[in-house]
Amino acid sequence: MVILMEEKTDEIRLPLIGEKAPDFEAPTTQGTLRLSDFKGTWLVLFSHPADFTPVCTTEFIAFSEIYDELKKRNTELLGLSVDSVSSHIAWIRNVKEKMGVTIPFPIIADLNKEVSQKFGMIHPAQSKTETVRCVFIIDPESKIRTILYYPLTTGRNMKEILRIIDALQTTDKHKVATPANWKPGDPVVVPPPGTTEQAEERTKEGYDCKDWYLCFKKL
Amino acid sequence: MIAVPCVSPDGKPTKSGIATLSALKSGASTAKAVSDVTGQPLFKVRSGLRELVNAGFVKQVDDKYQLTTEGSKLVP
Repeated sequence: MVILMEEKTDEIRLPLIGEKAPDFEAPTTQGTLRLSDFKGTWLVLFSHPADFTPVCTTEFIAFSEIYDELKKRNTELLGLSVDSVSSHIAWIRNVKEKMGVTIPFPIIADLNKEVSQKFGMIHPAQSKTETVRCVFIIDPESKIRTILYYPLTTGRNMKEILRIIDALQTTDKHKVATPANWKPGDPVVVPPPGTTEQAEERTKEGYDCKDWYLCFKKL
Repeated sequence: MIAVPCVSPDGKPTKSGIATLSALKSGASTAKAVSDVTGQPLFKVRSGLRELVNAGFVKQVDDKYQLTTEGSKLVP
């Protein structure tokens, strides 16, 4: 006998760069938190597939290692997986006991997948039950500024996450863009001119111009 | 199980809850001011204040907080 089952899926539109991040209230290892609790600070919201798994453990140690650098950038960390608070606590305690690393940031226990579905963190072709490795960088006004997705098998690069935050904060502060492989201290890109008059004017600004549309300056 | 940072399951404030209540008693009236006084991250203070309000130890008017009579009894 063949039973045909129709799988019902609710379509949820994923939040995109530039949009306001959807608010939520969720249990975490540091109490019940809302996204709006982070207003006024930058936030790295990231998901991991599961507690007590090898790549995730290396990532959590790595996130803990950049925690102080993130704090210097007015940035908080918030982890998420579909495990329970008890599982998170047991894992944190295990990492402390076996690896000597304290996990200083809260982790959402998204057992009902409410938050992970809002943020498109479950990719069914990878896993129907686990979240993939997502990173949402959210600014102090709760606007999504960067989205990164990594597959289950690839651990994230913390230097790149720090670099993105530096780049975004530099852009906000100085109204410039950052070129490929930019790092703090490197020249930044002056936004391209919008009019022929601006194009002409910028030749007198003292920028390092390769052509009228590609100009660099030191901050 | 839902972890709570400021009010324990028996209804009493935790250590960080007492720190928040003490900060309010010393004159801090906003989440940011409590964060500055206690050194706790702002997100944690906001979450904790919500719990303390729900538990009846703190009252909120707009974005300002103050101790209730019950909350005042808990901090010297």
